[in-house]
Amino acid sequence: MNLFSKLYYKFRKYWKAVQLYLVIAGPGLVVMVADNDAGGITTYAATGAKYGYNLIWFLLILIPVAYYVQEMTVRLGAVTKRGHAEAIFNGFGAFWGWFSLIDLMIVDWLTLVTEFVGMTSSLRIFGVSPWLTVAGVVALMGMIVLNGRYWTWEKIALLFCALNLIYIPGAFMVNPSVSDILKNGLVPNFPGGFNGELFFFLMANIGTTIAPWMLFFQQSAVVDKGMQEKDIPWGKFDTLLGSILTVVVAIFIVIVTGTVLKGIDIDSASQAAEHLLKTNHYVGTFMAIGLFDAGLLGAICISLASSWAFGEIFGWAHSLNQKIREAPWFYASYFFTLISAGLIVLIPKAPLVLITLFVQVVAVTLLPAALVFLILLLNDKKHMGEHCNTLTENLIGGFIVVSIVILSTLYGISVMFPNLFQ
Amino acid sequence: MPSSLHRFAAKIREINQRYSKPHIEMSLGVKISLMALRIYLLLLVSLILYKFVLMLN
Repeated sequence: MNLFSKLYYKFRKYWKAVQLYLVIAGPGLVVMVADNDAGGITTYAATGAKYGYNLIWFLLILIPVAYYVQEMTVRLGAVTKRGHAEAIFNGFGAFWGWFSLIDLMIVDWLTLVTEFVGMTSSLRIFGVSPWLTVAGVVALMGMIVLNGRYWTWEKIALLFCALNLIYIPGAFMVNPSVSDILKNGLVPNFPGGFNGELFFFLMANIGTTIAPWMLFFQQSAVVDKGMQEKDIPWGKFDTLLGSILTVVVAIFIVIVTGTVLKGIDIDSASQAAEHLLKTNHYVGTFMAIGLFDAGLLGAICISLASSWAFGEIFGWAHSLNQKIREAPWFYASYFFTLISAGLIVLIPKAPLVLITLFVQVVAVTLLPAALVFLILLLNDKKHMGEHCNTLTENLIGGFIVVSIVILSTLYGISVMFPNLFQ
Repeated sequence: MPSSLHRFAAKIREINQRYSKPHIEMSLGVKISLMALRIYLLLLVSLILYKFVLMLN
């Protein structure tokens, strides 16, 4: 009897912990899975097709990198109750504030265009016209945000996150060689030697894992959700789980294309899906559905990141818990960003390649600034109190930030001047 | 329309006024970091402009 009561007590304890986590879960998971957006799926598909399983080890390194950067936004949001844009304005003054806000607005809008490119190209495989895709996506996203509750929005977003796992069964269906994955994928190596092309791929993978909008989104989501200082440990756990999940999904995409499409040059994930459809109908379909889901999830988060940031600075009501008549400007900016980005994709011969290139370059100007501000804000004892960065956190965070600043700068330069590293 | 622009301009002025002073403690480390950031961004923006001039030509 004593044993049973002990077991029951333990079960109740763990069940309560799970229930508590389910209440807190959301911002970390959503932002991390949304990080595998249309551009991300393309990058992972191209990486697998080009280098097979050989760069899986590099993706694993990105788990702690993503975690350490994003968990800082949890602490900053929960302690200051300010979104990232407001924190920068307040901490560093109007000059740096406007710089971050305008840069965020440009990069978010351009990224949103690339999400629509991914969604329209994936549904075109099933014969759906781009017009219908854009109209359907805008209507669906409208319904998601206009329900007037953050909680409902978050749970719907988590459902789309779950759909992102579609690549996992897809990878099992192509029968990859487990011994090859372990032998080639887990041992650090540079296939074909360290050259300009490999460097470009490594940087593209970093770029899809850490993006400026993620910092703004997660901190605003933490504030909108109403997380308190006592929730920080759960928020960190949520972020850790999200960073593991995002890399696991990325690895399974690499396994799919690394098994079936190795040696084929892939320019987009929809192209990978078309190739896969010829060899395995279900896997190709999974790839196309996954691409649409990734674009949709990316669009859901990115459009909100901008609207939250503008609401914080302009003093508009800016919560998903408010109805459209209570926060008209917040929803107006949300729909304006969304519809204008969708319309760009429908323009015949729109310079979509140039837009994709621009996203990468503009993101490079914002990312170092956002990361430097993040570290400095986390060291502000006056506002952060006991949640200020410790020496170890500063050493880890500092190392990651300096590395990302150097590498993303080199990546930005290599995008602008592709012949420089050859 | 002009009154909307006036209201918008007034809002921008109000924001600039509200955040005119940084609230973070401006230690030497912070000052050096911000200065390094300015130099970095200046170099990067110059490179982007140079690239556009090359593209135009």
